[in-house]
Amino acid sequence: MDVIRHDLIIVGGGGAGLRAAIAAAEKDPKASIALVSKVYPMRSHTVSAEGGAAAVARADDNLEMHAFDTVKGSDFLGDQDVIQYFVGEAPKELTLLEHWGCPWSRNEDGSVATRAFGGMSTKRTWYAADKVGFHMLHTLFQHSLRFPNIVRYDEYFVSKLIVDGGAVRGCAALDMREGVVRLFLGRAVILATGGGGKIFPFTTNGNIKTADGMALAYREGVALKDMEFVQYHPTGLPGTGILITEGTRGEGGYLKNSEGERFLVSRDYGVGTKAELGPRDMISRAIIQEIEAGRGIQGPYGEYVHLDLTHLGEEAIMKKLPMVRELTKIYVGVDPVHQPIPVRPVLHYMMGGVDVDIDGATTLPGLYAAGEVACVSLNGANRLGSNSLTECLVFGARAGLHALNFVRGTDGPNETVCLRQAEEEAGRIAGLRGKRGKEKMSQLRRELGIAMESGCGVYREQASMDETVHAVAALRGRYEGLGLEDKSTVFNTELTAALELGNLIAVAETIAVSAAHRKESRGAHARRDAKTRDDQNFLYHTLAHTGYSGPRLSKKPVTLGIWVPEERKY
Amino acid sequence: MSEQKKTFVITRFDPDRDPAPRQQSYEVPVQPDWKVLDALNYIKDEIDPSLSHRWSCRMAVCGSCGMMVNGKPSLTCKDAVSDYGNRIEVAPLSNFPIVRDLIVELESFMEKLKSVKPWIVKAKERALEEGAHRQSPEQLEEFKQFSYCINCMLCYSACPVVANEPDFLGPAAIALGHRYNMDSRDEGQSERNEIFRGEGTVFSCSYANECSEVCPKHVDPAAAVNQAKFNAVIDWVTGFVTTRGGK
Repeated sequence: MDVIRHDLIIVGGGGAGLRAAIAAAEKDPKASIALVSKVYPMRSHTVSAEGGAAAVARADDNLEMHAFDTVKGSDFLGDQDVIQYFVGEAPKELTLLEHWGCPWSRNEDGSVATRAFGGMSTKRTWYAADKVGFHMLHTLFQHSLRFPNIVRYDEYFVSKLIVDGGAVRGCAALDMREGVVRLFLGRAVILATGGGGKIFPFTTNGNIKTADGMALAYREGVALKDMEFVQYHPTGLPGTGILITEGTRGEGGYLKNSEGERFLVSRDYGVGTKAELGPRDMISRAIIQEIEAGRGIQGPYGEYVHLDLTHLGEEAIMKKLPMVRELTKIYVGVDPVHQPIPVRPVLHYMMGGVDVDIDGATTLPGLYAAGEVACVSLNGANRLGSNSLTECLVFGARAGLHALNFVRGTDGPNETVCLRQAEEEAGRIAGLRGKRGKEKMSQLRRELGIAMESGCGVYREQASMDETVHAVAALRGRYEGLGLEDKSTVFNTELTAALELGNLIAVAETIAVSAAHRKESRGAHARRDAKTRDDQNFLYHTLAHTGYSGPRLSKKPVTLGIWVPEERKY
Repeated sequence: MSEQKKTFVITRFDPDRDPAPRQQSYEVPVQPDWKVLDALNYIKDEIDPSLSHRWSCRMAVCGSCGMMVNGKPSLTCKDAVSDYGNRIEVAPLSNFPIVRDLIVELESFMEKLKSVKPWIVKAKERALEEGAHRQSPEQLEEFKQFSYCINCMLCYSACPVVANEPDFLGPAAIALGHRYNMDSRDEGQSERNEIFRGEGTVFSCSYANECSEVCPKHVDPAAAVNQAKFNAVIDWVTGFVTTRGGK
């Protein structure tokens, strides 16, 4: 078996992975860094983010306001030390990206423009029209090409972490083109694989978002934290789930029901004068309530509400929201200059993830994580729009530097032991290729989606969550009987999809089990049978650990600070 | 919604067993709002799991799913099935080696991209304390369009020069190099212009304009190539003084 040796191995080439690689490469030009991804970096899902990245930039803003907005948005489940650090680093990181060529939109005086976003008390979201993720990703990727010590392994699927002597030593990865498993040895590994929106059937997430990094860490005994908190973005296109940015409302768009009424203004959904610029959890719930009250609009993919931009005018839409216009024309046949856009809440983001400290370190020595795959507890129970792109940069850079420090202070691995583990993994993958079985992949995936949507949707209750827990556990069993047909070694996407499905099911189970145990409503975890927040009993992070018969839960305290939990009302 | 049967004729190639690419037909019940990619995913999920193709965002921005549809380069998540007749041929992008089925080899592009130094070059690195550059909206307009490239490779597939001369730097890489040349923050024009004056770069372009016609993001790489040619010549004539050319 081929052994590939580097100092630092980064799994994932999106916003957080690239930022980590650049931070480490810059700090130590002699350090050799592997950037391993199942896709070419510019295909990473960061590319689909639209609206912007948050950092204090204006004279009427300050770090404390950004921190408090984030704490309140998190429904007091965010760790306040992490949040304080984040808001302080955010302006530096976005400025660095400017130095590296990111085409931020500009004010007339040449300064970087900012826009309003949900739950943010002033305009602090930096944007590049409505293609922010795309521009950030390509800027990071192109900038990373400068560094000879970043070595890319494109289209390598990491299927297992190699752990020996109580520390991570590397990973086993399938070279998708050659069809062989290779052993990557390093002194530290950073997971930066993003989220797992494909656990759900209706999502903004691309096909590659299959919770791979979360599953890798979870299998090695690292806890997944706060998995019950998944974010429904209020405005996705019916049918496809394609994201329509919150920037539409930041630029003045309205949400309207079938009666043409701006329901966030005329009815009390707890968002006060913020109206359409309330936080995502509340707006998504308001839309569901409007639909349940019979004020939705019927379409071929269920009921929806209208996102009305017609009053903004063609010039503003073309200048600030050109991609929205392109997307709605192509995917729903609507020109937002003249017609309202049909939208409904859509699964978008996972607040939970691999439990890491403020340095991105997990409990497994040498293993780090950053970006959506990680839960550093910046977002708590509900993330504010435009904080996550910045999170990729702030915590990607920090994880890169801290992992580099770890590299310098650790011994090399026992290669014989590592090789044996990788060979076992190669055997497992060979056995999976074209494996006989009676379960059909697309059927299991469909059933997983149905179960997760019914138990872990915008609104939840005990009975349906319990059913979902059982349904997902049953799918875990049935997955063992999966049948595959493709025996080819070359770019076998049936095989990688099977590995992905295993990851989806493992992580889905942590979501369902964590949700069923939180008997309160907080942020995105909204229960019909426990409608209020209960700080007395539930002001803690949920940790999900690998157990013999599904996830085992424990608690971790929330780091509070100057802000004492209070009722979350806008 | 009413579905309709259409025949998809797909190029298949598995180097493990096929001596050469072959075609395979599938009957697919398509929905009226489907894109070509939806039909490919249906085939993979319900008819033939061995079909191999790349895709991810399905919103025309990740650039993964470029293929030939009825002989023309297409971003399959963007092109509607209803725009085609009852028989639709899907093949891997032209002008690239096939890895398997609809998946092509992109390594040559990755090298070409890197060769144009697609990053901000500075004589002296700007310190973080100096803050963001000032860049007027007009200065942003100078290069913005060329930064829209999603690396989908449709332009390479359409380009008649690439077809004859695989080493030609090609539309996307030139457009991205030119994008940095036109960025008011960049100081690397002379380095890139020297690259552009080399063999197999801007002067190999034959003005076919096919690249701009197929570009799904309206980058207009042909315009970038023309501007880059002009600038590379002016730069050579004037020694080191560069122009930031017109639109």
